[in-house]
Amino acid sequence: MAHVPYQEALPLHEPKSFWTRYVWSQDHKVIAIQYTLTAVAVGLVALVMSWLMRLQIGFPGSFSFIDPSTYYQLVTMHGMIMVIYLLTAIFLGGFGNFLIPLMVGARDMVFPFVNMLSYWAYLLSVLVLMASFFVPGGPTGAGWTLYPPQAILPGTPGSDSGIVLMLVSLILFIVAATMGGLNYVTTVIQARTYGMTMMRLPLSVWGIFMATILALLAFPALFVGGVMMLFDRLLGSSFFMPAVVSMGKMLDYQGGSPVLFQHIFWFFGHPEVYIVALPAFGIVSDIISTHARKNIFGYRIMVWAIVSIGVLSFIVWAHHMYVSGMNPYFGFFFAITTLIIAVPTAIKVYNWVLTLWQGNIHMTVPMLFAVAFVSTFTIGGITGLFLGNVVIDLPLSDTYFVVAHFHMVMGVSPILVVFGGIYHWFPKITGRMLNDTLGQIHFWLTFLGTYAIYFPMHYLGFIGMPRRYYAYEGYQFIPESAQDLNVFITISALMVGAAQFIFLYNLAWSAFKGKPAGSNPWNATTLEWQTPDTPPSHGNWGDRLPIVYRWAYDYSVPGAEKDFIPQNQPPAGENPGGAATT
Amino acid sequence: MRTRHQSKKTWTPAVGMIDISNHRFSFSLANEKFGLRIFLAVITSLFLLLMISYQIRMKLSDWDSLPFPGLLWINTAVLILSCIGFQWAKIAANQNNITRVKITLLGGGLFTWLFLFGQMLVWKQLNNMGFYLQTNPANSFFYLMTALHGLHLLGGLIVWCKTSIQLFRDKKIGDLSLSIELLTIYWHFLLAVWLVMFTMMQLK
Repeated sequence: MAHVPYQEALPLHEPKSFWTRYVWSQDHKVIAIQYTLTAVAVGLVALVMSWLMRLQIGFPGSFSFIDPSTYYQLVTMHGMIMVIYLLTAIFLGGFGNFLIPLMVGARDMVFPFVNMLSYWAYLLSVLVLMASFFVPGGPTGAGWTLYPPQAILPGTPGSDSGIVLMLVSLILFIVAATMGGLNYVTTVIQARTYGMTMMRLPLSVWGIFMATILALLAFPALFVGGVMMLFDRLLGSSFFMPAVVSMGKMLDYQGGSPVLFQHIFWFFGHPEVYIVALPAFGIVSDIISTHARKNIFGYRIMVWAIVSIGVLSFIVWAHHMYVSGMNPYFGFFFAITTLIIAVPTAIKVYNWVLTLWQGNIHMTVPMLFAVAFVSTFTIGGITGLFLGNVVIDLPLSDTYFVVAHFHMVMGVSPILVVFGGIYHWFPKITGRMLNDTLGQIHFWLTFLGTYAIYFPMHYLGFIGMPRRYYAYEGYQFIPESAQDLNVFITISALMVGAAQFIFLYNLAWSAFKGKPAGSNPWNATTLEWQTPDTPPSHGNWGDRLPIVYRWAYDYSVPGAEKDFIPQNQPPAGENPGGAATT
Repeated sequence: MRTRHQSKKTWTPAVGMIDISNHRFSFSLANEKFGLRIFLAVITSLFLLLMISYQIRMKLSDWDSLPFPGLLWINTAVLILSCIGFQWAKIAANQNNITRVKITLLGGGLFTWLFLFGQMLVWKQLNNMGFYLQTNPANSFFYLMTALHGLHLLGGLIVWCKTSIQLFRDKKIGDLSLSIELLTIYWHFLLAVWLVMFTMMQLK
């Protein structure tokens, strides 16, 4: 069936007023910006929290308002905000919304109204989460994994209302992510333009597409866990709650299984790592190929690596639970699957390096961030192999080694890609370039600074410094010199955090005063750079949808006039817009 | 084959052989139908995880199965009737028989309301018998699963209301046949979910 003409004939919702154009907008580009700005705003809150945590660890007791309860609340909210409300939202809601229709050659998402609802549900979830700072008892301090029974027991900070608001907020977020996800998957499958076969999709779209499928199938686990815990907390059921004596009092709970929650949580939690990582993989591939002026090495295997990582990510979850106790054969199984998932991941790293090999590398700011990602991701990935093995995980569990590992692999690495992606696509979003000098300063401070923060943590972990402690004074097994490292890490964290304000300033300044970018400043091949207007107008493509004749990576083609051939450029002997003549 | 060449190296001789029709991997489905299928996959994941949790929790020692009021069988029959109504509406819509669509669509929806009402009666009966939500994990699961299932039906009923109002106002089927078809698929799916859950909950 000629499917594209059907898509092309569908009516487009024209915004009629300021409100429907910029606020209640159904345009994917506006929604992408709304998602991104909200995610950045809430991310800043989490950034300030990480400062406060580090200040407490580096200079214990300097701030009277940070008591142990506050510290746990900071840890919990920092983790949850960064993983869910910043990274997941910005990759799927921000990059996904902006890039998918433009890169597949569609006029918009296929369900624009649902797309709009998705953003507003997300905003509501953020507001509910933020509200928990203002309720009696404050936000929950249960740790971002919200393990029962302690998550809902008195004694844990925020067990009155904080935990309830957290769970409600998560449920709202899942509703938002599902509405968005339905759009992304349907748009990629249904609304690709003429000639845009699946194997001509840019890898950014592949990454976001697969991550969305993971989100759609994994978030229900968090939903189920969240609802069951809400029942336990509000209605007195015992899904996860065993018989507990709390504060000298026997509670009514009995017989529930906390480990059941852990299984449910990590069945969501591990795919979540890849919900954040797969879009990053895709975006990095596109940035590296464009700025190295070379086709991506091994496109097909890159696609299959994304797909197989996505599938495998559903059968590794219990490697987060080795210390919770399980049948040794289970541990063996999950260790094996964890090591297997490293294979497609390593293939991707090799292919990025091989794409750079003998490329005409332009060390632009987006490229710097992309290359930095390959470095941090490799470090974080290798420590993952350590922790994936049961025997090594047991002694390292709950130490700073784990903190270093997951921050490198799913904190620093994806956020570097977020930055790289913003520097790369900002010219298309606003029509102006970001300031290069500020970008360089931002990059070097962030890149070197994050190494300064997380590299020493590996050593702290090896000497046994436990994570989640409020203060480290008076423990025999921690040498005093560890505190010097902690001070160093704290100062680095303050600097890296401050560097982000340079970035924000750059965003705000360049959006209005930046150098005009033109329609395709990086000489890129993918469709979003070939729009008739920059920034793309509503409907993206003017009268006719673009026709795609080639894959997304025709850089430095021998014999070609220029060093890039856009996807919609017809080959010689072909009439633009006409049927193939050969 | 031709597209395959294109994704490899465009400077090979295959460069001139372009396939721009793009029908590979595309489905000849309306966007809404495709989107609904994805949504059903999400709901499947939700209920599947819930049922797996049920199975795991069931194996713990304090599990004490519920008595199943006879009303549940009647409710199941009512839900089946509502699905028959929707299926009938879909067929009638294809035949453009507006009177029959009105009757069957209305019937399908009303039977669903009846089902939901019946489920609440079951809750009340169980409560009266002392099987409260927090008394036993089996009870908690029963209330949770029936509530989630009911909420999904309620969501469907919102679309049903919208479609019915449009049908009675516009007095023509037109584009509504797609909505009716989507509703039918959704109802059949939720019936299947209910039957699976109901069967599972009979296990001791």
